[in-house]
Amino acid sequence: MSFLTIARLELLIARRNMWVATSVILMGLFTVVLTLTGGAPTGTLGVDPLIIAATSITTLSVYLIPLIGLLLSFDAIAGEAERGTLALSLTYPLSRLEVLLGKFLAHLLVLGFAVAVGLSLTAGLTIWQHGADLSFMPLIKLFVTSLALGAAFLGVGYLVSSLVRQTGVASGIVIIIWLVCVVLYDLGLLGALVADDGGVFTKTVFPWLLVANPADAFRLLNMPDVSVSVLASGIGAAGGASGVGGQVASLLLWPVAALFFAWIALRRVEP
Amino acid sequence: MTALIIENVGKKYGTLETVCDVSLNVAAGERIALLGHNGAGKTTLMRMILGLTSISSGQIKVLGSTPGSRTARTAIGFLPENVAFHGSLSGREQLHHFARLKSAPLKQADDLLERVGLDHAADRKIRTYSKGMRQRVGLAQALLGKPKLALLDEPTSGLDPISRHEFYDIVDELANNGTAVLLSSHALTELETRTERIAIMSKGVLVANDSLQNLRQGALMPIRVNVTVDSDAVDRVAAETGGTRMNGRSVMLTCLQDEKVPLLGQITGFGDVIKDIDVNPASLEDLYRHYSTMGDK
Repeated sequence: MSFLTIARLELLIARRNMWVATSVILMGLFTVVLTLTGGAPTGTLGVDPLIIAATSITTLSVYLIPLIGLLLSFDAIAGEAERGTLALSLTYPLSRLEVLLGKFLAHLLVLGFAVAVGLSLTAGLTIWQHGADLSFMPLIKLFVTSLALGAAFLGVGYLVSSLVRQTGVASGIVIIIWLVCVVLYDLGLLGALVADDGGVFTKTVFPWLLVANPADAFRLLNMPDVSVSVLASGIGAAGGASGVGGQVASLLLWPVAALFFAWIALRRVEP
Repeated sequence: MTALIIENVGKKYGTLETVCDVSLNVAAGERIALLGHNGAGKTTLMRMILGLTSISSGQIKVLGSTPGSRTARTAIGFLPENVAFHGSLSGREQLHHFARLKSAPLKQADDLLERVGLDHAADRKIRTYSKGMRQRVGLAQALLGKPKLALLDEPTSGLDPISRHEFYDIVDELANNGTAVLLSSHALTELETRTERIAIMSKGVLVANDSLQNLRQGALMPIRVNVTVDSDAVDRVAAETGGTRMNGRSVMLTCLQDEKVPLLGQITGFGDVIKDIDVNPASLEDLYRHYSTMGDK
C-alpha cells in the first residue's frame, strides 16, 4: 500500500505549494462568473438554466482542466530527478508503478476537489436564482467527465515528465500539448472540413478524429443538445456521428493509455 | 554472515568503463571505507548495489538477493551524496513518510531525529535547514528500519568537526548492532580509527582492499622518527643513527616497519641526551596517494 503513502505526501506538498488553493480559486471564480452571466445571451426563456450553466462551464473546462492537469503533473518526475529526491525515493522498497499511482491519486484528488467546489457553487447559485426544482444530472455528468479529462492530461504530463530530464523542458512541452489539444486541433479539423467540402473525409474520418481528442470528446458529451452545441462550438454539432460510445471510449481510454505509457517511461528512468 | 558480496563487477556506458572487475565483500558488523578521487567509480558502484543502475558484468548480492529487489531494498539504508528533500516539508513529516515506506514505526523516526540531534528543529520546514542539518535528516532516514547494510556516500561532507565525530559515533553504534557499513569519503584522517578495512578505487579499478595496518606494510612506506636531543649531542646522535640534523635540537630519521623497534632501541641507548621521540607512520593520506597513483605507473 505504498502508493497511499506517496499520495499522502503529495497531497501535503500540493497543499503547501498552494496548488490546491490555486486550482480551487481558479475553478470557483470562473464557474461563479459563468453561472451568473451564462444565461444572459439566451434570456430566461426556454432551456433549463442549469443546462445553460453547464454548457458555459463545459466550454471553460475544456481549456482549464487540461491546463490544471498538466500543471500538476509536468514537474512530478523531472522535478524530483532534478532536485535529487527521486533517487533516494526509488531506493525504498516500493515499485515505480506505486510511485506513479500515488502521485496520480493525489493530483486527481486535488483536481476533483477544485471541480467539485466549482460545480457546487454553480448548483448553489442556480438554486438560489431559480429554485430547487432542477435536475442535477448535467452537473454530475460534468463532474465525472471532468475527472476523466483531467486524468488523461495528468497521465500525459507524467509521460512528458518521465521522458525529459529538466523541468524547464517539460513545462515547455506540456504548454505546446495543451495548445494543440484545446485550440490547434479543432482549428486543423475545421480547416480540413472546409477544404473537403462535405466529401468522404467529413462523413467517415472526421467524427472519429474529433473524438480521438479527449478534450473534444468531453465537449461533445457535455453538450448533447445540438442547438446549444452550435451556439458554443461551430464544429461540435458535426461530431454527433461517432455517437456517445466513441466519446465515452475516448475519455476512458486516454487516461489508461497515458498512465500506461507514463509507467513504461518511468521504468526506464535512471535517476 | 556476508551482507554484501560484489563479484567481478563492471559497468560500461558505451565504450566508457567506469567500474572494472571490482570484487569486495562486507560482513555484518564490519565498517569499510571506500576511497577514491572524484570519478573513481565509487558512486557508480553504490548505485549498482542499490539497483538504480544496471550491472554490465559480474554480480552483486545484498543478503543473498538481487540489487533492487524488495528484500534487498528493505535491508539497505542509503545516504546519497548531496542528499535533498522537499523543502516545504518539515523534517518530521519527511522522516515519517520514509518510515511508512520502510514499514518502520513512526516512533522510530522520532527517536532517530533525536539521535541525530534534530529534535529541536523537527517541525521546521527543511527549506530553513543548514547543509549539516539536511545531512542529519539524510543520516536519520538511512537508519530507519534497522538496515542490515548501510551505504553512506560522502556522509560527512558539509559537517563540522564536532558533527563528524558524532556521526562516526552513530556509525560505530550501527556496526556494533550488526549492520554492515560501506562508506565513501574524502576526509581521510577521520577514517583511520573508524573503519576496519579500507578499499581504494582508482579509475574504476579496486587497487587496494585491506586493513590500514596491512596497507602500510604492503606499501613499504617509510616511518618517520623525529628525535629531540640535547643541543650538544645532536651531531653525535645524527652521525651514529644515520639521520638528518634538522635544527639545533632534533634529528630526523626514516625507517621501514621491521626496522622500527631496533632503531628505537638504539635511540633510547643514548640515555639522558634524548628528550623526546615522535614516531609517525605513513598517514592514510600518504597511503591513499601511494595506492591511487600506483595504477598510473
